[in-house]
Order: sequence, then structure tokens, then C-alpha cells
Amino acid sequence: MHFALTPEQELARSALRELLTEHCSATHLRKVFEAERPARVPGLWAKLHELGVIGALAPEAVGGLGLNAIDLTVLLEETGRAAVPEPVVETAFVAVPLLAALPANAHAAQLLESVLGGQLSTSVALSDSTLVPAAELAELILCERSGELHALRGSSHAEANARAPGGPPGNASAARDPSGSAARDPSSSAARDASSGDARDASSGRARDATSGGAARLAPLESVDRARPLYRLGLEASETTCLARGEAARPLLAAARDHAALGTAAQLIGLGTRMLELTIAHVKTRKQFGQPVGAFQAVKHQLVDARLALEFAAPLVYRAAHSLAYADPARSLHVSMAKAYASEAALLTARKALQLHGAIGYSYEYELHMYMKRAWALAAAYGDAREHRKRIADVLLTAQGESHA
Amino acid sequence: MQARAWLEAHVPKTPLPSGDTREGFTRHLDWERALFDARWAVVAWPSAYGGRDATLMQWLIFEEEYWRAGAPQRVTQNGVFLLAPTIFSFGTQEQKARLLKPIAAAECLWAQGWSEPEAGSDLAALRSYATRVDGGFRLYGQKTWTTRGAFCDKIFGPFRTDPKAPAHAGLTYFLVPLHAEGVSVRGTARLDGDEGFADVFLDGVFVPDQDVLGGVGNGWKVAMSTTSSERALSLRAPGRFMATAERLRALCMQSPRGDDPVLQDRVVRALLDAEAYRYHTFSIATRMQAGVELGPEASLSKLFWSEMDVAMHETALALLGDEAALENQWTKQYQFALAGPIYAGTNEIQRNVVAERVLGLPRK
Repeated sequence: MHFALTPEQELARSALRELLTEHCSATHLRKVFEAERPARVPGLWAKLHELGVIGALAPEAVGGLGLNAIDLTVLLEETGRAAVPEPVVETAFVAVPLLAALPANAHAAQLLESVLGGQLSTSVALSDSTLVPAAELAELILCERSGELHALRGSSHAEANARAPGGPPGNASAARDPSGSAARDPSSSAARDASSGDARDASSGRARDATSGGAARLAPLESVDRARPLYRLGLEASETTCLARGEAARPLLAAARDHAALGTAAQLIGLGTRMLELTIAHVKTRKQFGQPVGAFQAVKHQLVDARLALEFAAPLVYRAAHSLAYADPARSLHVSMAKAYASEAALLTARKALQLHGAIGYSYEYELHMYMKRAWALAAAYGDAREHRKRIADVLLTAQGESHA
Repeated sequence: MQARAWLEAHVPKTPLPSGDTREGFTRHLDWERALFDARWAVVAWPSAYGGRDATLMQWLIFEEEYWRAGAPQRVTQNGVFLLAPTIFSFGTQEQKARLLKPIAAAECLWAQGWSEPEAGSDLAALRSYATRVDGGFRLYGQKTWTTRGAFCDKIFGPFRTDPKAPAHAGLTYFLVPLHAEGVSVRGTARLDGDEGFADVFLDGVFVPDQDVLGGVGNGWKVAMSTTSSERALSLRAPGRFMATAERLRALCMQSPRGDDPVLQDRVVRALLDAEAYRYHTFSIATRMQAGVELGPEASLSKLFWSEMDVAMHETALALLGDEAALENQWTKQYQFALAGPIYAGTNEIQRNVVAERVLGLPRK
């Protein structure tokens, strides 16, 4: 048994860390936070794509890297550490394997090709949730409704591009160029489409589905984490939007839920690590009463509690990744363990980080809040800790569940 | 799986009386000797000393089997898991040949002689001392809270050999006979009433040179090696907590309160903790097998298992309702679990160790 990263995984991790240090710093994040409308870090998506993060799980035959869930979990932890404001988990960890699992479906195959070509970033709405992250940045939305899997076009519409109520109003005109930078060119086709004034109400956009059959309605919402804007999805499902249903859809959707929860758990470990590092650096330099505040036991012990939580959450995340990579029959259970633990570890670390930074941490100017808000958002996404513990209880603490365990 | 079969056939069907009572201790020795005769006492040791040359990972699996089978606590624990690893690291060939096998065979029973009335968390404040005499040393002072000291043959621990040296220097690690002139041992009761503790009074007991471990003046270094073992792997393999978690799960499913969602949530937390500890330990073992030495990170493990153990037992008591006021396996084990955050270095000290030596925070 080997419970450590391989040299290849370590190499990929440091390559990605280097990339994100340069191209997704707190300064980049702050620009996204302060943009009037949902924005991207210019060029970042293309770089993630070039490095192979987006296509990591796709078979080599269709242009992916043919890596496994453990390999990608390592990378997702890094994207969490940098609070990457892009739907990386949704695209690379959910959409790619999901579409790749439908090789006989021409529509899915075509969508996969576009995703792997870097043209489509994807967001997802699972477990009948109506909240979709980064729906405007994503061109494709995969959603689970009543046991069916649907595919919809995400961003070729206008009103959803405006900041939610409360944010500065925008002139509905953002689309995205294939290189991944935010385009504000009013002559773009999306903007033209938007200004052509189809019958749409003012607070929601109407997105055409990928085959121009059904329709989705996206209402922008005001999100605490402005770098992960959420949208309310109203779906009028149709025959043409449906990628899979019934028995064919069941395992696909289960896998999608597992991947979304685990990828998010990995990001939470990365976020927790970042917040802990920021806090350690702060308490070592901040002096009060003639000494660094980090020399006080009351401060030390709280940081140790955060480290403990993260230290013991990470092995559960990698264990679940292993279970996904090798199709362990208990993989959903293992994912729930990972997400429950990682969510609480990140929330605890966020709380300690804020407290131990003192007033500076409470300021909008300082960077901590951006990582903290991402942690809040991801801890709540794809099942919070309580929800996942409930799922575990249903399997392990009921006579009925036990026979499945 | 050989281990599973042997354990199934030999683990006593009814639990032995507490090993922290005189009668229970004797019963446990019978078990220890049966374990040794079947070569299951020290699986990770070289076969020359009665082991099976198991890797660390194999040992962890064995421990899971051991606790899953409901096998008795190890009353030889201090010798097998604390002293022996220290002898493997610091002992001379002569010491290894003479000392190790009797530890494994439960022929020589060891207690840990560390704490003193004025030296608990602050171990370096210890006052017991040794003076040079012909062929060895004479030892003076008092050791206290010595687990199972009243039932054991010897103690191991640091004594001051150079009173002028700074606190951490001038210490020497001795192996001290308890049934010898110049020693008296008085058993004392623990929280649960069992005579599991002892005070050891040393009044000039003679210890020959051959029973100095790791060289004169190296006592602190030797002691720190023991603490790493004590805080992490050797003392607390995950198997023990996996077994507790499984018993807790069973209790929840049988208990009339077991469908209470609040209690179920606590039980799930306990199961998660046990799983997290297990996989964390596997990752440590992987690193150790690759040759990485376990340093202050051991304190993270100690903090985790000790606090997890208390929480699991508190959850069990909540499931028991008013039955939790009775003497039973859970309440007995709860009282034992409560010692975890205190022994092997209090958790307050462990948090300081992690903060300063793992997180890099400044000392005062």
C-alpha cells in the first residue's frame, strides 16, 4: 500500500502552483471581485487548458491526458489554494468524465470535443439544485432534473451578464472569447443577440440549449463570493436538451455528484492551507506587547486546531479520490466522508484565520476575505457537511443501509 | 489473514478483568505469553527477537485485526511499544540480545519512570538523580504516576547525572530494577479506582553501567525518541479506534435513542474521525517506510487520537442515557480515554510543540 503522491503528481502540482502564483494572485482575484460584472482572469482558462488541467480525465484517444481522479484531485487542491475564479471542478472533474461516458451519444461527443478544444467551459446544477455557479462564464450547463441529465448553452444571452441586483448595473454585453479572457466587445455575436431584444423579462436571461430545442432561464443573483457568482436556473426541459434518462442516467448522475463534491473538497483543503499560511505569516510579524502575537499560546493553540482539521481531512479526500479512480463500490460513501470533513476543516480555518488576523482580516482591502468567502461558498456547495453526514448515517446507521455498505 | 484465524481461535471469549488490577494483570500475562508463543506479540520485530519482520504497514493491518477481534489490552505495552523501539535505536548489541526477547515474552515487565512530583509536562525539571559509583550508579528520588508500577519488574527513564549542566543536558537514561535493595513501590488508585498507578521511591538502588541506555549525558535525546513513539504510531495504532468506532456504530443501532438524528450525527462524526486517523496514519507509515523520521508531527497524531477517543466515548454515554451512570465497558473505557489528553505529554504541551516546531511560530 502506498499513501503518498507519485513524483509525477508532485511535478504537476508544482507546475500548476507556479502558474497560479503568477497568473492567479490575490491581485488578479481582487480585480474579479471589484469588476462591475462577472469577470474572468484574462487568459487563465486558456493556460489551465494548455497545462492539461481541463482535459486531464478525458481519454487520450479523444485528446485528453488520460489521467485518473487522484491526479486531478492534486491539481484541484492547487486551484483551491489560489481560489481560481473559474468553473474548473465543474468542467474538468464533472463535465469531462460525464460527457466521455456517453461515447455513443453524438451530441455528447461533440460537446466533449468542444470542451477539450478549450471552447466550452461548463457549469453544473446537480441534485435538482437550482443554483448554478459561474453560469455566465460557462458556455455549457449540465444539469440534473428528476433523474435526467440535460445540456444547455450557458452564456449566449444577455441579461444574465449583468451583476445581480445590488451590484453595479452593466450594459448587458459580455461574452467570452475562446482564449478565455472576458470580452466586452459590443459587436460580439452574443451582444448583438442580446440587443436584438427577444422577448425576455428584465431579471432573467433565456439561454438556448445546445441544440436549440429547449430553454433555460438564468437569473443573476447577488453572491457573497463575487468571484463565484451564482445564478438561479429555471429549466424547461425538453427532449432535445436531454442527454440521458432513466437507468442510463442514474450512474452518470451519481458519478457527477461524487465528482462535484470531491473536487470541491479538494479545493477546500487548498483554501484552508492558503488561509492558514496567510495567518501564520501574519502572527509572526504582527507585534503587540513587545512580541509577535504568534508567541502567545492563545493564538498558537487556535492555529494548531486549524492545522489539525486540515491535516486529517486531506487523507480522506485522497482516499475518496482513490475510490473514484478505481471504482470502489463504496466510493459515494467515501466522497461524503471527504466533503463533510473538508468543509468543516475549511470553515474552521476560515474562522480562526479571521479572528487571528484581528481587524486587518476584517477589511475589504486585505486579501483574506476572498479566500474565506470561497471557503464559505464551497463548503455549502454540492452538499454541506451536515448533508453528507446524513448520507453516511443513512448508509451506516440503518439496517437497510448496512446491507449496501 | 493467518492472524485473523489465530485471533478468532484464541481471543478469550469473555473479556479479561482489568489489567490495571493485580488479579487482572496476572490473567493478562497468560494472554501475553500465548501471544508470544504463537509469534504474534511483536510482529514488526526481527524474527531473531520473536517477531515476524513485518513492515510498518503490515503491523498496522495486524493491529486492526487484533482490535477487531476484541483481543485484550497489552499490559506489556510500555516495554513493547515504548522501551523496545528506544533500545532498537540506542541500545548496544549486548543490550538488544539481553533485553528485547524477555520484553516480547512478557518475562520481564517494564513500567515508564518519567513523571515526578515536580516534573510532569516540564519533564526537564526532574530532580531524581544518579551518582557515580564503582561499576555503575546509585539512584535517588521519586517517580510518580507510574502505570502498573506495582506489578512490574523494572522501570526505564531519565535521571540527572550532572547537576551543574542546564536542565536538558546532564540527563542519563537508566534501566532500573524495582525488586532490589534501595527501591520501594507503593501502588495507588487511578480515577476509576483500579490500582493502576504507583509511586516509586529510589534510595540508593544500584544500576550497573550496562543498564545505561544511549550513553551517559544523552538522556534527553533518548527520552525524546521514546516520546515520538509514544505520541504517534507505536502506542496508538488506528485499529484500536476503528474497533471503538465499530462498537459505537453497533451501540447506536441497538440503542432506543439510536434514531435520534442529533446522536446519529455525533456517531457519524466519530466514524469519520476514526477513518481520518486511519488514512492519516497510513500516509505517515508510507513516509516512514521511505526513511523519513517522524519528528514533531507525531504530536499532531497524539492530539487527534486522544481527543477523538474522548469524543467517541462521550457519544456512547449519550446513547446510553441514564445507563451511563452504571459501571460498564463504556464508562470504564471512558475514564481511560480521559487520560489520553493528559499522558504522553499533555495536549497543551503538544499544541505548543506543533505551533513552534511544525507551524514555525515563535517561542516566547
